[in-house]
Amino acid sequence: MALTENDLRHLARLARIRVEDDETGPMLAQLSGILGLIDQLQAVDTRGVEPLAHALDLEQRLRPDEVTETDRREQFQAVAPQVEAGLYLVPKVIE
Amino acid sequence: MDWEVVIGLETHAQLATHSKIFSGASTAFGAAPNAQACAVDLALPGVLPVLNRAAVEHAIRFGLAAEGVVAPRSIFARKNYFYPDLPKGYQISQFETPVVSGGRIMIERNGSEIPIRLTRAHLEEDAGKSLHEDFHGLSGIDLNRAGTPLLEIVSEPDMRSAAEAVAYARELHRLVTWIGICDGNMQEGSFRCDANVSVRPKGQQAFGTRCEIKNLNSFRFMEKAIEFEIRRQIELIESGGTVVQETRLYDPDRDETRPMRSKEDAQDYRYFPDPDLLPLCIDAAWIARVRETLPELPDAMRRRFVEDFGLSHYDAGVLTASHDLAQYFRALMLVVPGEAKLCANWVSGELSAALHREGIEVRQSRITPTQLGGLLRRIQDGTISGKIAKEIFDVLWSDGGEADTLIESKGLKQISDVSALEKIVEELMAAHPDQVAEYRSGKEKVFGFFVGRAMKACGGRANPAQLNAILKDRLAG
Amino acid sequence: MNLATTSLRQLAQALQARQISSRELAEAYLGRIARLDPGLGSFITIDRERTLRQADAADARIASGTAGPLTGIPIAHKDIFCAQGWLTTCGSKMLSNFVSPYDAHVIEQFEAAGALILGKTNMDEFAMGSSTETSFYGRVKNPWDPTKVPGGSSGGSAAAVAARLAPAATATDTGGSIRQPAALCGISGIKPTYGLVSRYGMIAFASSLDQGGVVAPSAEDLGIVLNTMAGFDARDSTSIARPAEDYTAQLDKPLQGLRIGLPREFFGGGVSADVERAIEAALQEYERLGATRVEISLPNTALSVPVYYVLAPAEASSNLSRFDGVRYGWRASRYEDLGDMYERSRAEGFGAEVKRRILTGTYVLSRGYYDAYYLQAQRVRRLIVNDFKSAFAQCDVIMGPSTPSVAFGFGEKTSDPVQMYLSDIFTISVNLAGLPGLSIPAGFGEGGLPVGLQIIGDYFSEARLLNVAHRYQQATDWHARVPALANV
Repeated sequence: MALTENDLRHLARLARIRVEDDETGPMLAQLSGILGLIDQLQAVDTRGVEPLAHALDLEQRLRPDEVTETDRREQFQAVAPQVEAGLYLVPKVIE
Repeated sequence: MDWEVVIGLETHAQLATHSKIFSGASTAFGAAPNAQACAVDLALPGVLPVLNRAAVEHAIRFGLAAEGVVAPRSIFARKNYFYPDLPKGYQISQFETPVVSGGRIMIERNGSEIPIRLTRAHLEEDAGKSLHEDFHGLSGIDLNRAGTPLLEIVSEPDMRSAAEAVAYARELHRLVTWIGICDGNMQEGSFRCDANVSVRPKGQQAFGTRCEIKNLNSFRFMEKAIEFEIRRQIELIESGGTVVQETRLYDPDRDETRPMRSKEDAQDYRYFPDPDLLPLCIDAAWIARVRETLPELPDAMRRRFVEDFGLSHYDAGVLTASHDLAQYFRALMLVVPGEAKLCANWVSGELSAALHREGIEVRQSRITPTQLGGLLRRIQDGTISGKIAKEIFDVLWSDGGEADTLIESKGLKQISDVSALEKIVEELMAAHPDQVAEYRSGKEKVFGFFVGRAMKACGGRANPAQLNAILKDRLAG
Repeated sequence: MNLATTSLRQLAQALQARQISSRELAEAYLGRIARLDPGLGSFITIDRERTLRQADAADARIASGTAGPLTGIPIAHKDIFCAQGWLTTCGSKMLSNFVSPYDAHVIEQFEAAGALILGKTNMDEFAMGSSTETSFYGRVKNPWDPTKVPGGSSGGSAAAVAARLAPAATATDTGGSIRQPAALCGISGIKPTYGLVSRYGMIAFASSLDQGGVVAPSAEDLGIVLNTMAGFDARDSTSIARPAEDYTAQLDKPLQGLRIGLPREFFGGGVSADVERAIEAALQEYERLGATRVEISLPNTALSVPVYYVLAPAEASSNLSRFDGVRYGWRASRYEDLGDMYERSRAEGFGAEVKRRILTGTYVLSRGYYDAYYLQAQRVRRLIVNDFKSAFAQCDVIMGPSTPSVAFGFGEKTSDPVQMYLSDIFTISVNLAGLPGLSIPAGFGEGGLPVGLQIIGDYFSEARLLNVAHRYQQATDWHARVPALANV
């Protein structure tokens, strides 16, 4: 599966990673190499095989509905890039 | 051309749990910004989700109440997209295998009940909130709501008018609050609806292109927004345009819908099973236990109120508007058995009016069913008139106490002593000979004058029927 | 006390016997780090005062008679484990300013045991790499040869232990990140069964494959540390509730009758001759210890690499979405709007390999490709798991080389990611199956560089694996060899 520059730009947009013009060439080459590797899977006959998400066949454990957390905003926001009045600040969100 | 409207609703019901769906942070409304956003809710590096049992149990309750199928095994998936109020960069939801499939909500169409089919109901987490005002052109992010458990209930496109969509939403609202899984508070966002609206020429099978309308945070707005959208689509098509599939936001101030700019991108959510969570398994025994705790559902109770108590469909509907109101009515009926109509009138009349006046819920009522029952029994046995009862109701509401004590201490007992009433009437006739003459000359309107004066003279305590009889007799001469 | 030759067990005994205090021990290790690590680069963060405070607390605990086996022992932690008050970078510029406000479960366990945090070790960025060359904090040199890589992603932990800058270190293994660097650095390392060690507070790379573990000179030391590290944690949905086990209890059990499965696919083509020779010698040693060889097949071994490079990047692309510059971590200094802030912050905060994996993962999950890549990889994953199930019907443990060759040079594989990926061919399938795996030193190959023997066990057979490794280490002294630079 050949990857085009447009594909790369679309993926980078989905992943929110800015890609500079001079990066696209090497990135495309390397991603194409990786796609070549994973394309080997297409040749495997997996008819009748169920996809496996976890190696161990376990069920979800459930938590009792109890409030166990206390307000630690000050500690959590000590590592935040920009806060005011307890809020995380970001460039204007447009709806 | 005649157009047919096709509407399907997606409803997010916030589940009434103490803690969040995947963390132990509180879900209480109104805390200081981010005070209830714990490490998991903030998506700090390395944190992991663990599923809240109560959220699952609420989903099971809904599945049973809506007569859907509860999946023995369902999967949580990640819906990937970037948004500042979505801390992980993905929302944990259910995609291919929801916890509930199918089910129905009954609404009325042309006087008969029809089912609106449910596609599914799935568990997911809520996002936080972006606040846009007053941060020097920036947005503030509050993640207290992030991770609040939601049940997203998706209907089939079975509704054919804005009114039907509202009827469905109201029924659904009644059901989720009735079974106690959602507080139903629309102002606080506990019950939110998005509508998928399309139109097609009458008779056409294929669906038209739909638009999703968001921000329908009251039943009134929902109706207006859908009606606007229907008009917009029809006018667009009739003027030669085509409807573009998009997400639109309802603006209640301008009563219109407009496209959401943040949704412009062709979305590719890259759903995949969340590897941090394992399959949710619900066995038959758990479902059976939940079924046992399910209250009688509104439909069944409404039918029973008609059959057992002889109430009208209308009264029964009003009394089952909420589980609490129905419970109040049933408690009242235990105090005043056999007086269904009387009880129904007082619950939907005086009581509801008083609750509405104070803006409180029936469970916060200042008069208990026992107090109100005590009052109604005195109407029932003729001790007091309805008019006096309303006065006593007001006193009970504001000051508390017992109806009997009030009647006794304030001397409000109805005067049923015939001679006492006769004495009042005779004095009245003696004092107003002109009016007596008028009446006798055929002006029967004057009768009201005498009733009023007599009631006034006895402080309203006269038995109205008796007073009428005596007046008629004496005035006739 | 010569720290280059003293095992963790001996250190623990010396602490209990008050021959040395925890403070003295900590100062001795901090001193070694100060002298040797500038040339190695195995640590990202050292916090002398914090470590010594912990040492004093440990000394008090020893004095009060409530000490456990790890009380007072300094342990280095891979910088993927969140430790409250410690810079926790995951080897990335993205987290270069992240002082964790909370502790990983693993850190809590060590804290409760009275162990000290000696420092945070260097690693491939977000554990994505096999050479520790992708770290934002610079390369880590292999203590056996400074021109060679230490392996990765836990290269800092492995190099630190190999140079005896720490008696043991925590590490994580998503596709071989414990076993491969352990092999290349000539030390022992264990990746437990998926679910044995809590992932809470361990920064996620690929959630269904990540597993915490330990590197230390010997299997016995691994067992002592694993006793504290393993254990159920309700905050990790994939943590397994099972009774606590003493991983040192069976160390001395004789190996008579042990059936060693040798997968055809792990030998022959693709393995360098020096590695093959060392592995063969190790197998002969095992035969002398009473084990027998059984030829087995893991027919889908070659597919494990492509399966891994679909599943791991897919999970990673989503796991790393939280790094958006909003609540913590790197935020670009200049941006035009919200979207631009995301794109620049992530472009600046992530290195090239991390970006490649995020983009690969985004691709395989995207509309139209999900079935062909992601679901297909999950199906082949089942085939790989089934291969192991059949194999364990014929043998008790599986052995083979941990890596196809000894440590390679810096830059040798960085230009071609696929070549780098293929160096994990023997370790990846173990993660896909969730099985426990271990690597122990088994001699030296070309250039005097260490060779690792990989031992794979059935689910929850860690005690057996450590027993099998320990008996070998009783009969040989490869694990006791230290690089020249460590003998100071």
